[in-house]
Amino acid sequence: MTTTHEPRTSPEVGGIGHSVRRKEDDRFIRGAGNYLDDLNLPGMLHMAILRSPVAHARINGIDSSAAMEIDGVLAVVTGEALAAHGLAWMPTLSGDTQAVLATDKVRFQGQEVAAVIATDPYIAHDALAFIDVDYDELEAITTPQQSLATDTLIRDEKEDQTDNVAYTWEAGDQDTTDAAFASAARVVSLDTHYPRSHPAPLETCGVVADVNSITGQATIYMTSQAPHAIRTVFALVAGLPEEKIRIVTQDIGGGFGNKVPVYPGYVVATAASLLIGKPVKWIETRTENLISTGFARDFHMNAELALDSDNRITAMRANILSDQGAFFSDAQPTRFKAGLFHICTGSYDFPSAHVTAKGAYTNKAPGGVAYRCSFRVTEASYLIERLVDNAAREVGMDPAAFRAANFIKEEQFPYLSPTGFVYDSGNYHGAMDKAKEMIGYDDWRARQAEQNADPDATKLIGIGVASFTEVVGAGPSRDYDILGLKMFDSAELRVHPTGKAILKLGVQTQGQGHETTFAQIVAEELGIPYSDIKVMYGDTDNTPYGLGTYASRSTPVGGAATAVVSRKIRAKAQKLAAHLLEAAEEDLDWEPGKFTVRGTDQSVTIQEVAFAAYTNHPLGMEAGLEGVTYYDPPNMTYPFGTYIVVVEVDTGDGTWKVLDMVAVDDCGVRINPMIVDGQIAGGLTEGFAKANMQWITFDDDGNCIGSNFMDYLVPTAWETPRYRLGETVTPSPHHPIGAKGVGESATVGSPAAFANAVIDALWSRGVKNIDMPVLPHRVWGALNDVPISP
Amino acid sequence: MYPSTFDYSAPEGLEEALGLLSELGDEGRVLAGGQSLIPMMKLKLAAPGHLIDINGVSELSYIREANGHLAVGALARHADVSSSETVSRHNHTMSSAAPWVADPLVRNRGTLCGSVAHCDPEGDWNSVMLAVGASVVARSTSGERVIPITDFVVDFFTNSLRPGEMVTEVRIPKYQGPAGGAYLKLERKVGDYATVGVATHLALDGAGMVAEAGLGLTAVYGHNLKVTEAEEMMIGQAPGSELFAEAAAIAARTCDPDDNVRGPASYKRAVVAEYTRRGFAQALAMAKEQS
Repeated sequence: MTTTHEPRTSPEVGGIGHSVRRKEDDRFIRGAGNYLDDLNLPGMLHMAILRSPVAHARINGIDSSAAMEIDGVLAVVTGEALAAHGLAWMPTLSGDTQAVLATDKVRFQGQEVAAVIATDPYIAHDALAFIDVDYDELEAITTPQQSLATDTLIRDEKEDQTDNVAYTWEAGDQDTTDAAFASAARVVSLDTHYPRSHPAPLETCGVVADVNSITGQATIYMTSQAPHAIRTVFALVAGLPEEKIRIVTQDIGGGFGNKVPVYPGYVVATAASLLIGKPVKWIETRTENLISTGFARDFHMNAELALDSDNRITAMRANILSDQGAFFSDAQPTRFKAGLFHICTGSYDFPSAHVTAKGAYTNKAPGGVAYRCSFRVTEASYLIERLVDNAAREVGMDPAAFRAANFIKEEQFPYLSPTGFVYDSGNYHGAMDKAKEMIGYDDWRARQAEQNADPDATKLIGIGVASFTEVVGAGPSRDYDILGLKMFDSAELRVHPTGKAILKLGVQTQGQGHETTFAQIVAEELGIPYSDIKVMYGDTDNTPYGLGTYASRSTPVGGAATAVVSRKIRAKAQKLAAHLLEAAEEDLDWEPGKFTVRGTDQSVTIQEVAFAAYTNHPLGMEAGLEGVTYYDPPNMTYPFGTYIVVVEVDTGDGTWKVLDMVAVDDCGVRINPMIVDGQIAGGLTEGFAKANMQWITFDDDGNCIGSNFMDYLVPTAWETPRYRLGETVTPSPHHPIGAKGVGESATVGSPAAFANAVIDALWSRGVKNIDMPVLPHRVWGALNDVPISP
Repeated sequence: MYPSTFDYSAPEGLEEALGLLSELGDEGRVLAGGQSLIPMMKLKLAAPGHLIDINGVSELSYIREANGHLAVGALARHADVSSSETVSRHNHTMSSAAPWVADPLVRNRGTLCGSVAHCDPEGDWNSVMLAVGASVVARSTSGERVIPITDFVVDFFTNSLRPGEMVTEVRIPKYQGPAGGAYLKLERKVGDYATVGVATHLALDGAGMVAEAGLGLTAVYGHNLKVTEAEEMMIGQAPGSELFAEAAAIAARTCDPDDNVRGPASYKRAVVAEYTRRGFAQALAMAKEQS
């Protein structure tokens, strides 16, 4: 794909707009990455965790004596032992508490009950079978509806908790919204469940905790998307002095939100290392990762749109019931209990909206992480895009035309939404027009009309549209914090005497390509070739403080910090250049990599300037060419796009396949177009997964169905559709390089496009909704009026 | 993975392998492709005391035609079956099913004989074998038995092997005349077990009437199910959509699927009927091409 803007730098410098190859891939494709399980320290011990086999039970006692007899077992850690050190419970990122190891009750299948520390991982795992836990089983509460109706308290240990409600929250204005509905010409409603899913990174979570018993220094190697915040949390939870905690993240094999929270295994391994005085390694198995760590979504959504007689949307209301599992541990900004779900007015211009949300505790794993998503934006985008699609068909309009008639117009930006967001920029009609043209929208509609008109047709065509708007890059510190830590981010840049540089970041790559794209930002700003810039992150002793990578915030916040610190350095470089060229600063012209005295051929390169910074700096100026920036964004960024999917549904068995798909994304300025394309392709595949096959469900006893990759389905190249990608470019007006963040757009935007396509195919057969995943038996049930559960 | 502890032997000849199997009794398990056994050991659903790895017994690695039947040896991988011209010449149902077995990685290691012996009701091969009337060769230190597939498949994960016996070959008969077959599988993704699988086999006599009919179902009963009533009903009849619809109705009421996350029983019965119709229609088209 070509970029819309010609790069300003040469391919060798590799600044913004160059699809240079990823610097990190050399080690990854040679199998030379350095993941957590590759780390083996001298004398290291191994930990395995005993988990609850049942969803809800009182613990009468734990007998670990038989396990302790096994040769090689050094310790069995229980909740009771942790309680003696005040570590049996820990805070969650949403201000709730979570059991580290269960003391009173187990509250979900897979909950951590005890841990074995042994000399060998096989011994540790074998020993688990020798720990005898005496359980009294209790009623398992497996749905939020059941949770709100029952007298059984899941969180009976909390003194102030008299029901199973985890939180309540609202946004928007109820009075104006109700008034708009009262005078509406038509109301369109949708009742839908966005199912529980799991980020399922290929590398599971793990830790190697190495606490030096002499110095008290704790070096904790961890699979974390937010190492600095984790350090502070550890200091606050464990009471360790923060200067003696060093969190190190090596290569991370995918995060997708799953590696944001603090998990009990991290705490237990660290406590064990502290008590035993040796390094302790803990790595989850696949099943442990799927059944116990951060799930995502699980939102029951009921919503309505009010329309006037011209088919313009006038208001929206949404009522949410979220299934939080046993502990409220969403990773999200403190002020927003349902994340940024209130972005649910989407790409449309209407004056009133009201959102109410309630979370319920259930006997399921906790989590509520933002799976490749900015804090519940995915649920919001799905809801509005399903709603407008149904509304269009209800009023007899083409879904694309209905959207275009209700879009926020280009000239309305910055746009204040009815729930309080200020959309920074957008051109929704532009993306829609491009997507329609690329897919041949009118031709597909004609073919659909012909094929679906036959009442005996067994293959029905459907065309699904989604025009999403995201809100990413948390965030302005006046509104956004996690546990009180403001959501700024940082970059430190040191230019060496030979003109090479090292860039240290507060954000944390998990495979996104930071080592390349962030070097390209510096290359753009300073003209130093990207290949001469080493990018460091993930070692809290050696990088500046930051809140980490999730919610597409690396480029909007860390990327901005990188541009700003580069410009600080360029300002100093200009003073040095003036000294070297014996000219006035204001007489110098800059082009990437070079200062020239205006109107002459006298110039110095950035490399010559860097050398002078250490060898020939003027009197009165500090030596060196280094800087650090903490960037507090003035606003979020608002990436958007239009996706169009064509499917064919087989009415005989309910299967559907994608015939064509176009994704037009606008993420502002693209730093590395190839990496952007890769992010979009990956996100589309995850969106397809959720629409087509992927969910975690539970039986009535609270047993998790989806505990391995035979039951929790991840699409491979075989079933992934072919995508065609397009772009428009609307730079963010407030971001230093006009970029918006793109890692999550496709996961957010695409599920509704796939679901809309299937509903579009079946609408003439009377089908108005099928919840995701749109499984064949659900399609068949909808076509044949057979109730389907689940 | 963290399996329970086990011992391991790798015999180099069949007699040595059978000797070990006889000696070890219940403790011994044969390891060929390991595509079911190893995951079961990982999940601790199986904890064999001793694995007898037959991958070095190269005499079992063959696919060949002999005495009017196709013989598939115990070390022939699914991928070998899938790419075998001998198989595609010999039996359409088999060549249609082979690419549906698991995914390419599993097919490179897993064996047809291992899958047949495993008797997983969600496995694909036994439906095919039931439809085409295969037989299983079992060897032990005391000799050889040839077991009709209908006697071999006993129940859920249960075959009729005796202690010390091992499956060394599966035999598929050849029909002399126009014939066709298909395997249709509903799966959620590549590599998934079947939600529903339907194996059909059809052979025509000189007058174009049904000479042989085979119908095997996957994942809709406690074991792979041969729909004998439908097969017998079709013999001597004129093949076509009416006959296939009748067979489909019999298949749908004979099977007994579970309600689960893959759908309710009513859905699976509907798919059994649909795929029976489609499968026989494909089989008939192939047979007609040869007549």
